[in-house]
Amino acid sequence: MLLAITIWIFTLITVILFTDLVPEMLELASGQWFPETASVHGAIVDAQFFNTLMVTGVVFILAQVALGYLVFRYRERPGQTAYYYHGSNKMEWAWTAATTVLFFVMVSMGYGVWLDVYVHAAPEDAIQIEVTAQQFAWNIRYPGPDGQFGIVRPELIDDAAGNPLGLDPQDPTGEDDLVVPTMAIPVNRPIELILRSKDVTHNFSVRELRLKQDTVPGMMIPLRFTATKTGKYEIACSELCGMGHHRMRSFLDVLSDQGYADWLEDQSEF
Amino acid sequence: MATIAPSLPKPKAQSPGGSGDGFDQGGSGGDGGHGAGRPKSLPDRRYYTGMMLGLAAILMLFAAFTSAYVVRKGLSDDWQATAVPGILWLNSMVLLASSFTLEKARRWRQVQARFQGWWWATTGLGMIFLIGQILAWQELVAGGVYLNTNPSSSFFYLLTGTHAVHLLGGVMALLYLSWRVWRRNSGGLGATALGVTALYWHFMDGLWIYLFLLLLIGR
Amino acid sequence: MADAALTSHAVHEAPTGFIRKWIFSTDHKVIGIQYFFLALFSVLLGMILSIFIRFNLVWPGTEIPLLETFFPVGAPGGVMTPEFYLSFLTMHGTLMVFFVLTTAPQGGFGNYFLPIQIGADDMAFPNLNMLSFWFTFVALVVLLAAFFVTGGAPISGWTAYPPLSALGEIAGPGLGTGQTLWIVSIAIFCVAALLGALNFITTTIDMRTEGMTLMRMPLTVWSWFVTAILGLLAFGVLLAAGILLLMDRSAGTSFFIPGGLVVSDQIIDHKGGSPLLWQHLFWFFGHPEVYIAILPGMGVTSQLLSTFSRKPIFGYRAMVYALFGIGILGFMVWGHHMFMSGMSPYTAIFFSLLTTVIAVPSAIKTFNWLGTLWRGNVRLTTPMLFAVGFVSLFVTGGVSGLFLNQPSTDIYLHDTYFVVAHFHIIMGVAAIFGIFGGTYYWFSKMFGRQMSEFWGKVHFGFTFVGVYAIFTPMHFLGMAGNPRRYAELTGFDFLEPLASIHLFITIAAFITIASQLIFLINFFWSLFKGKKAEINPWQATTLEWEIPSPPPHDNFAGKLPVVYRGAYEYSVPGEPLDYSMQTAPKTAES
Repeated sequence: MLLAITIWIFTLITVILFTDLVPEMLELASGQWFPETASVHGAIVDAQFFNTLMVTGVVFILAQVALGYLVFRYRERPGQTAYYYHGSNKMEWAWTAATTVLFFVMVSMGYGVWLDVYVHAAPEDAIQIEVTAQQFAWNIRYPGPDGQFGIVRPELIDDAAGNPLGLDPQDPTGEDDLVVPTMAIPVNRPIELILRSKDVTHNFSVRELRLKQDTVPGMMIPLRFTATKTGKYEIACSELCGMGHHRMRSFLDVLSDQGYADWLEDQSEF
Repeated sequence: MATIAPSLPKPKAQSPGGSGDGFDQGGSGGDGGHGAGRPKSLPDRRYYTGMMLGLAAILMLFAAFTSAYVVRKGLSDDWQATAVPGILWLNSMVLLASSFTLEKARRWRQVQARFQGWWWATTGLGMIFLIGQILAWQELVAGGVYLNTNPSSSFFYLLTGTHAVHLLGGVMALLYLSWRVWRRNSGGLGATALGVTALYWHFMDGLWIYLFLLLLIGR
Repeated sequence: MADAALTSHAVHEAPTGFIRKWIFSTDHKVIGIQYFFLALFSVLLGMILSIFIRFNLVWPGTEIPLLETFFPVGAPGGVMTPEFYLSFLTMHGTLMVFFVLTTAPQGGFGNYFLPIQIGADDMAFPNLNMLSFWFTFVALVVLLAAFFVTGGAPISGWTAYPPLSALGEIAGPGLGTGQTLWIVSIAIFCVAALLGALNFITTTIDMRTEGMTLMRMPLTVWSWFVTAILGLLAFGVLLAAGILLLMDRSAGTSFFIPGGLVVSDQIIDHKGGSPLLWQHLFWFFGHPEVYIAILPGMGVTSQLLSTFSRKPIFGYRAMVYALFGIGILGFMVWGHHMFMSGMSPYTAIFFSLLTTVIAVPSAIKTFNWLGTLWRGNVRLTTPMLFAVGFVSLFVTGGVSGLFLNQPSTDIYLHDTYFVVAHFHIIMGVAAIFGIFGGTYYWFSKMFGRQMSEFWGKVHFGFTFVGVYAIFTPMHFLGMAGNPRRYAELTGFDFLEPLASIHLFITIAAFITIASQLIFLINFFWSLFKGKKAEINPWQATTLEWEIPSPPPHDNFAGKLPVVYRGAYEYSVPGEPLDYSMQTAPKTAES
């Protein structure tokens, strides 16, 4: 075993030098492993993650050290006899109670932010944007000046003719709808996304905004958030959706109010 | 190092034909290998245990179908109730009657002629039920209600079909046991074989009543 | 007593023909070995697939000439296409979960040792036992056939979420015939697993020898028993889900396929189905399945820790209750796989709380294992090393679970490499450590020869360090947001800086996999050339250590043992040896 571990340590050192792993890890660690959050709820999600990391980190280290210590301390030696002991109910109750309390307190702290994102209704002035996923692209739809999404009909869908959502030309509310492949939103304004899918289950995720939600065909799933930092973020698919899953990418631009207004104007001109 | 405990006295050889003798009546009676450790009646009990567990697994299959039924019906706006063919009432009667005749057969286990009569009656009623189910499906097809017409009809075919496959298994078991009696040319069957078969048969009967009510009321 | 057509109990002479003895055998020991080798074949295949998976992540677009020879369509010019990657990923998961983790610890060791450890001469239904093995075998053949049909193996992952898995070839390659074969294979596997579970439970309830009360059963038996109960209740549901999916694919029904789908500009003629329905049914099976994989490992670990600490297991009853607690709760937590699926957010909190409850019995088990080591006299044999490794991995995989059972943190971590790290450590590697521990421990009993302890320890060293080297960095990938199931990592800017971590993982994986050759060589060399085994080389107390290695055809040569003691009576004060066999009357010399 010593042989194996020696070889391993040698190999690990070689590999670490070879792959620049250390600087890489340090770089990630300096960003606290998470990319800097750019949404209101993201900060709370991160806080919950680090609370959990603290608690489980202590549990993890104590358990592993105890395991190693016990194996070493009570390794077989001449003259040592094992203690004939079947356990203690007091101990069982003690650690059952302790873990129950610890875990429940820790877990309950995280439900507030969950309710914020998924349950509490969006404020009146939230900007509604519809996201429709398909193999392997994102279609982003803005309701336009009338604030209403036009009717879509699956039978009218024609990617080649530039109608990926199947907008009905007969429907007046759909005339001003804006359908684009990338998303832009204003900073510090509540946003409500409505997630849909044309074909299979996808997942809309933006890691900087701490957003992740399946887009399920046949369902319209709301997702609420407020971005706090301008920037250009990548939208990735996080649910296996077929052969192009790994390249199903789009962008989310968080812009200033003025930038957003300009962007909308630019898009409408086309 | 090994210390095999001294073998306890073997239990008395099981009396041929007595109750609690497993599947085989004309068999060899006692079994030396089981002698030492295990109480004598236990080798029979395992057939009941096994059957109960098998039924639990079948129950889970149908529980899953039922929850799918409830969820699918609750979620959809395309559900159209499938009219239950009238012949199912008749089929239900037939199946209920078969449970009755099977019990009769069990009671007359020791009396060959009567046993045979009730046993074949049960087998026959089981077959009539299956034919009746086929007629019910034909009635639906004639009315233009297919497997893929509507979720309601999908579930109708799925539930009745899965039940029919299981009941067919029961009919095969009845036939197999008849064949064994005939081959051995010995009187009757062991109580365990009968008991386990009856357990399965009555369960299929009860399951059918449940499915029938589900299709009737839950449609 | 019983009929030869239904059970072979009446026949106590060993069958003489090769076919009855080694192929269509009803002897639980032979069937156990058959399961073991089936799992060994599957794990080797699954491991080879993972080599290609890791290779493609780090060096996409590289030519592998050998690959083209076998798969000219999937790897034209020897270069893996994304769909070919996904088909390997699907098959890796399916093989490992079903044909290794479900098969080896339960079908293999459980079959071989459960009857012996409770003092029975065979399983309750030997013919059924044979049938379940051969169903499993057919399921494996059908699954592997998917590699060689048009379109190749399915690409929908081992979870086969519809509509992707329900729409057929139009949704992607491999989703035609390949996906159908996958479903059929799983359905056959379900039947096999149900038959096996039924047999295990009946055997435990009705076949225990005199004196083998429930609370004297080894914890291995308890874990196989609870695992079988889980299997009995879970596989029926997967079978139901499989039937529904098959009907959606080939009979035109719409259980899982919603209306208005447009795939590649083509309208799909289905309406009203619910993709979430599949997820509920699948995970109702899928979560207990996790415990089906890990519980036998817990049982083996308990057995080994007690044996090699020369000390009774700490808190035997608490261990049994914890097993049942995990088993029952295992059926109530499936929704934690679906926090991001679009189900009700209130339901998510409900499942999250229940999942937290299940962490408690898991913690109890860990504490009891540590308690067993405390003041023991620890013999660091190879099986013991793997048992200690199991506890370490169980702790590691357990604490990472506490991040994923909270819907709020799962928002970020869902479907990233953090999840990959978590489940590989806890249900993959920990369970495999249980299997390795069991193999090193029971090899002598099963094959009559000893494996090399030295090479066993070398193997442990490589594997233990190796799995941590592979899976620890994956947590960091997850924290950096790297999604799982990506065929290539070239499509996103934020994945680029992670390339060196992936390279490290791939190299670590290659070395770890290569070091498994140590095990294989040790295994097969010992099979033929190993030192002849004694009856009780580990000085253990349970019943299998009272009979010859390998045991005779009916285990106890016609005399079933009588049990007087619990399973873990080590270092009993006043007794001459530091282990007291279960069959030794208590009146000894004390």
